[in-house]
Amino acid sequence: MSVFTTVLARDLRLALRQSADSLTVIAFFAIATVLFPFGIGPEANILARIAPGVVWVTALLAALLSLDRIFTVDFEDGTLDQLILSGAPLPVVVLAKVTAHWLTTGVPLIIMSPVLAVTLHLPAEGYVPLMLALLLGTPTVSLVGAVGAALVLGTRRGGVLLSLLVLPLYIPVLIFGTAVIEGAITGVPVTPLILAGFAILALTLCPWAASAALRQAAE
Amino acid sequence: MHRFANPTQFMRIANAIFPWVAGLAVILFVIGLPIALVTSPPDYQQGETVRIMYIHVPSAWLALMVYGTMAGGSAAFLIWRHPIANLTAKAAAPMGAVFTGLALVTGMLWGQPMWGTFWVWDARLTSFLILFFLYLGYLALGDAFEDSERGDKAAAILCLVGSINIPIIHFSVTWWNTLHQPSIMKLGGDGVKSSVDGSILLPLFVMLGAFTMYFFAVLILRLRSELLAAKIRNARLSQAAVGDALGQAAE
Amino acid sequence: MVRLMVEKTFTAQTFSGANLSCRRGGRLVFAGLHFAVPPGGALILRGHNGSGKTTLLRLMAGLTPSSAGHLAWDGQAIDDPDAHAARLRFVTHLDAVKPALTVAENLSFWMSLWAGKTNESALQKSLQAFDLKRFETFPARLLSAGQRHRLALSRLLVAPAPLWLLDEPGNALDDASLAALARAIADHRASGGQVVIASHGSAFVDDGMTLDVGAFTPTTAAHWSEEE
Repeated sequence: MSVFTTVLARDLRLALRQSADSLTVIAFFAIATVLFPFGIGPEANILARIAPGVVWVTALLAALLSLDRIFTVDFEDGTLDQLILSGAPLPVVVLAKVTAHWLTTGVPLIIMSPVLAVTLHLPAEGYVPLMLALLLGTPTVSLVGAVGAALVLGTRRGGVLLSLLVLPLYIPVLIFGTAVIEGAITGVPVTPLILAGFAILALTLCPWAASAALRQAAE
Repeated sequence: MHRFANPTQFMRIANAIFPWVAGLAVILFVIGLPIALVTSPPDYQQGETVRIMYIHVPSAWLALMVYGTMAGGSAAFLIWRHPIANLTAKAAAPMGAVFTGLALVTGMLWGQPMWGTFWVWDARLTSFLILFFLYLGYLALGDAFEDSERGDKAAAILCLVGSINIPIIHFSVTWWNTLHQPSIMKLGGDGVKSSVDGSILLPLFVMLGAFTMYFFAVLILRLRSELLAAKIRNARLSQAAVGDALGQAAE
Repeated sequence: MVRLMVEKTFTAQTFSGANLSCRRGGRLVFAGLHFAVPPGGALILRGHNGSGKTTLLRLMAGLTPSSAGHLAWDGQAIDDPDAHAARLRFVTHLDAVKPALTVAENLSFWMSLWAGKTNESALQKSLQAFDLKRFETFPARLLSAGQRHRLALSRLLVAPAPLWLLDEPGNALDDASLAALARAIADHRASGGQVVIASHGSAFVDDGMTLDVGAFTPTTAAHWSEEE
């Protein structure tokens, strides 16, 4: 087996055995979304107007809460040292771990999103773009988040710090992710390709940045 | 390269430059402030509020230039393990945050008479708000480790990641802005372009020069105090090491 | 006595370090340190708490950069950390054991990462060497601290690598496990491998060289801001 599949298989197996972690993220996604009608009022047309943005923002926050899973445990139990010393290219190891993170949090968020969109009265033509936008946007979220997660290893108050580091970097994804959905609803389509472009850019840069961060964390 | 890596050598050069930089900053402020704030004519459209621009534009310029300086310093630190480059990035960061904050506040003050409200999601203001968060993140990360050396490298990596993201963020915010707010009056650069007039350009450039020189002067001061602090820290540690060794010899 | 690794002989190469210095948190931990471990050799690191034994091991593994001096393999300065990592196994004071995986899964993950494939007979041998066969299908969260540490030690055997770096390998081990570890080290050396052991207590070898890291602790630390 290649390094990528070995690490991916292990992380998926761990996530499966500790599936409560993934479920917690989904539950957070649901409760955070459900808070909005209470804060804003149950009027269908107002909720429909804000639905794309609300789903995206809560999905980002849910993903953010799950980011520390990527490296923190490995850092604390000594696995990270061994992974760095595996002789395998560290960016490949990072990419495998990020892929596992995306499969166990990004994909469930995508699947869950239409259900939550229903509670916010998202217009019918918004559902496919919603899932498409999340599908193309969440890989960037996992990749950029991995860099942040690697940077805060060994810090005091890592979780709060992590949100300060990565949320500003998520703004482009949020802008275009929401625009794709709104464009479909208002009939002025916005291409989702730009989200794919962000994902490709993140794919080419983030594994290396995260590797550099991991190496300095292990020093 | 290593000539500059030697802090003593570096400080010798910096100390030689310092009086010139500081002097130039003082002179430019003495010339620029009265022209900008008093004698230059008010704008035919914006009236006296145009004077805010003489603070706003230099602050905004430095907010970006300081981040550029930090990115350069961080890269040099990560590639060549150049301690002065790292110190430069670290010393510049709080100033960059302050200039960004100043650009935001002056932008809001300018916005009140122009837009009738202190905050509008103008592309430029929004970009600077995000830049401000990037500065806060950098400062928070550098400060979050028990071992300050660890924080140095982490912050340097973050700075480079941020510098790649700034253009993307700016592009996204500008696009988002045109999508949602088709036409609002622009602050700063565009304002200058719409009325290229010597009476505005002269004080603007003098103030730009003054702010920039001020930044370099304070940067040198901060670097000097950082280097002295490192020296003191080290003297304490070696004292402690001697004490430790004596203690063990006595055991 | 089961000779585990006699069939595998490492190509003889010396692991050495010259004039090594390390700085942590602005403090010089040690300076001017030399060592050389020939094939089949053993190096015991001694020194008081805080003398930098763990730091030296991490430096030898390529995790921590040295502030001066260099490491060499077969006389060639080590400049590719991944290539160096591929020829070493490092047992740290953290066991890197995943509680949710079984004992066998924990081992086979590292085996496939290091060797590119899993080899059932090598896995069984590693389990037997540290008396973990009975726990093979147990989730590792059921193991005691000592058993986890044995699992970490058994990783040394799943895929051969010439250089072993062991940080206090005797911690939390009972007498039988200490004997098993001493046997594994002897076998490893007999097949041409070398070990570096940081230890307070038992050294596991009779004929190793000893390096007192504490003796290299500088009493007056020169700082880079000083004139050089």
